Amino acid sequence: MPTYTFLVNRERRRVDVFDPSQPLLYALRGPLRLTGAKLGCGLGQCGSCTVLVDDQATRACMVPVSAVAGRRITTVEGLGTPEKPDPLQAAFIAEQAAQCGYCTSGMIMSARALLMKMPHPTEDEVKQALAGNLCRCGAYVRILRAVMRASKG
Amino acid sequence: MSKPTRRSVLKTAGAIVVSFGFDPHDAAAQPLPTSNAPRSPLDVKEVDSFLAIHPDGAVTIYTSKVDVGTGMRIAIAQMAAEELGIPIGRITVVDGDTARCPNNGGTGGSTGLTRGGTAVRQAAATARQALLRLGSEQLKVPVAELTIADGEVRRAASTRGIGIGRLVGGRQLRVQVDANAPLAQPSDYSVVGTSPRRPDVPAKCTGRYTYIQDVTVPGMLHARVIRPPAIGATLTSVDESSVSTLPGVSVVRIESFLAVVSENEWATVRAANQLKATWTERHELPGHDKLEPYLRQGVVERDQTFVDRGDVTNALAAAAKTMNATYFWPCQSHASLGPSCAVADVRPEGTTVWTSSQVTYGLRATLARVFELPAESMRVIFVEGSGSYGTNGADHAAADALLLSKTLRRPVRVQWSRQDELGWDPKGPQQLLDLRAGLDAAGRLAAWQTEMWIPANHRGARILLAAGAAGLAQDNGRDAAAIYENGDPSYPVDHVRVMAHWLRDTPLNTSNLRAPGKPGNVFAVESFTDEIAAATGIDPLAFRLQRLTDPRAIEVIKRAATAFGWDARPSPNPKRQAGTVQEGRGMAYVRYKQAENYVATFMEVAVDRSTGVIAVKRVVCAHDCGLVVNADALKNQIEGAITQTLSRTLHEEVQFDTARVTSVDWASYPILRFPEAPAIEVIVIERRDQPLWGAGEAAAVPIAAALGNAVFDATGVRLRRVPFTRLRPSGFGEAGSDPSGSGEAG
Repeated sequence: MPTYTFLVNRERRRVDVFDPSQPLLYALRGPLRLTGAKLGCGLGQCGSCTVLVDDQATRACMVPVSAVAGRRITTVEGLGTPEKPDPLQAAFIAEQAAQCGYCTSGMIMSARALLMKMPHPTEDEVKQALAGNLCRCGAYVRILRAVMRASKG
Repeated sequence: MSKPTRRSVLKTAGAIVVSFGFDPHDAAAQPLPTSNAPRSPLDVKEVDSFLAIHPDGAVTIYTSKVDVGTGMRIAIAQMAAEELGIPIGRITVVDGDTARCPNNGGTGGSTGLTRGGTAVRQAAATARQALLRLGSEQLKVPVAELTIADGEVRRAASTRGIGIGRLVGGRQLRVQVDANAPLAQPSDYSVVGTSPRRPDVPAKCTGRYTYIQDVTVPGMLHARVIRPPAIGATLTSVDESSVSTLPGVSVVRIESFLAVVSENEWATVRAANQLKATWTERHELPGHDKLEPYLRQGVVERDQTFVDRGDVTNALAAAAKTMNATYFWPCQSHASLGPSCAVADVRPEGTTVWTSSQVTYGLRATLARVFELPAESMRVIFVEGSGSYGTNGADHAAADALLLSKTLRRPVRVQWSRQDELGWDPKGPQQLLDLRAGLDAAGRLAAWQTEMWIPANHRGARILLAAGAAGLAQDNGRDAAAIYENGDPSYPVDHVRVMAHWLRDTPLNTSNLRAPGKPGNVFAVESFTDEIAAATGIDPLAFRLQRLTDPRAIEVIKRAATAFGWDARPSPNPKRQAGTVQEGRGMAYVRYKQAENYVATFMEVAVDRSTGVIAVKRVVCAHDCGLVVNADALKNQIEGAITQTLSRTLHEEVQFDTARVTSVDWASYPILRFPEAPAIEVIVIERRDQPLWGAGEAAAVPIAAALGNAVFDATGVRLRRVPFTRLRPSGFGEAGSDPSGSGEAG
């Protein structure tokens, strides 16, 4: 059975898979027990599973585990904790920018990738950057405020 | 994972299980992962059912009403804190566990606070009296001189006393809920009416929150259920060898219930995708594009009149001018962002089900009956899922997991796919409405009639897909909830009749979807009101204000109008704009269920006539739900209701052919995306001296009408069918064209 190793949230992790095409999401949520990234569609359409691979926002439901071997993966758990959230997470908490919160991990990781490239985006730039992340509860206005707050913080 | 080493075929109570690589009987028995033991009492008459005061002074509140991302937990904690005199941070709310929470009913119809919160409040008020009595005995001070503050029973003027945890000593209070226990005076509120932050948000923003999709139990199998390619089709054959190369995968077949299971989730997904099965042909659906004639020609089970005021027949006959219009609301999905999931563990000593169902007690009763398991030893535990907005696929996923666990004698997790959720969640039903108005010689609205064609609700528990496929007897109930409400204008008219033709059939199973029926009814009623105002050359806002007398109604409209900056004039907008983009404004007003919240919503739009794209630029909503418990959580709900209903109005329609739902991903069932989200201003009118009303739904109700009215103002085109965008891919025609083929008469 093939084995792949990569850095997940700054730690070296290894997974055994029977199928090299298995999406990264199933490795994260299964053996690695990192459930912050969510299954929303398995089609790359909703952004709920977004993680960073070498600082690029990546759909973990689409990218095969074999394609990320040796690379650096950051999940929402790698940013901060409930007690010590990172500034972007803290902005989401301050704005109470969630209802069910199922989209939140993906929103935060997509926004994180944006802010790394563009620390001071306009509202329109945030909206466009998050166009691939769906929120069914309709928290877009608060999520926008949270990202703008983080960009000014 | 090893290669298949053994092939075993089991027959268990009609189930055929073909396994590769594991035998369910080999599974070592694992303890239930239930750290939270069952408790008693659970009787709603007992204070101890609703709350426990721990030795350290912390309090746990128990309720069957569940928080589905709505902020209900913090609001109920605030209501309890206010009565108990303890800091909000000392309260934890446990929701929806049938072994720990009293049954105050399921969650829906905006009743979380009106029924759940008020029941907790009364229990807490009763507990307060018991605590004061205990304090009086200990301190040798009359009850009348005592109060509770900061979690201590104290003399009113003192800053020190006895902590309630010490006072109670880890025991139960053993008192019955006293309906007359005095409540805190609204003028003295210090917790209710503030906006403490929701306790779930930090974990949700850091990936630590446990959703139903994240629940695992030892020894658990991952399952996917394979639904038929046509609704009602029968399974004729399964080729198990088509998945035999996948490690540890079993195929389970019970009549037409077909599933694959394994210990490895990805192996299960692969198996679900590659399993070869054949099914009977079935083509019994009308197709979504034939729904309007399907409704109009449907078999009427019964007619029902909801409002019959004055003499509509004569008033319409005597009218100087009559107007009619037909409005249509499509079948829509809950479209939860996370597909439904459940875990079940059926054991001889009892069954545990983990589910995001909004109605855990109701689900337990149905599961026990249909799957012939004792309800007394069945525990249904709520675990928050992706937002559900009513009854999505969660109850079905629970039934899937239960049937599989019962069959395999192992804990089973069932995860639906995106296609499962959009294809098989029970749907908010389609609605067809004919409206008729009569104006007198002075052009005044005198008579109003609403006639609805809607699917009848049928008694009994809603159908469970797993039970139907497995050939188990069930109620086959059907219930989309009170979809007939708000069929009449929310302002006085002398002669009004509202009636429904309840139809025997509906193509797809139905359930309650946020504010059941009311967004569609008010789309018709408030759009038609706008039509009448336009036909009589009156400013739409003035038209409503001329008729309203309720001061709360008038205030909600005026507050929104002022914040919006309403320019008073008749629609459509007489200012022709250069280019293809035209701008307009619209408004709608509703009294929710004609008895609860007052909501006025104003919208500004820009419509590109060449592409048909409707851009919602700004929404202002004023909202009066009486007493406000947590204003920020309330605003979050209102913003969400507005945004979600804009999505339903602009984009959403379940598409189906003669066999099955075909809109099964986010490309074919699009929802509102980030760049389309408008700026939203919410004005919360707080009324401390008034009872509270639920607020999860009301703000959703006027959205489609406000948007349609704004589009009419911008373009002169009256939209009478939802969704607005889908039906107009080639753009708007000339002003005045009438896409739904109805219009003025007489």
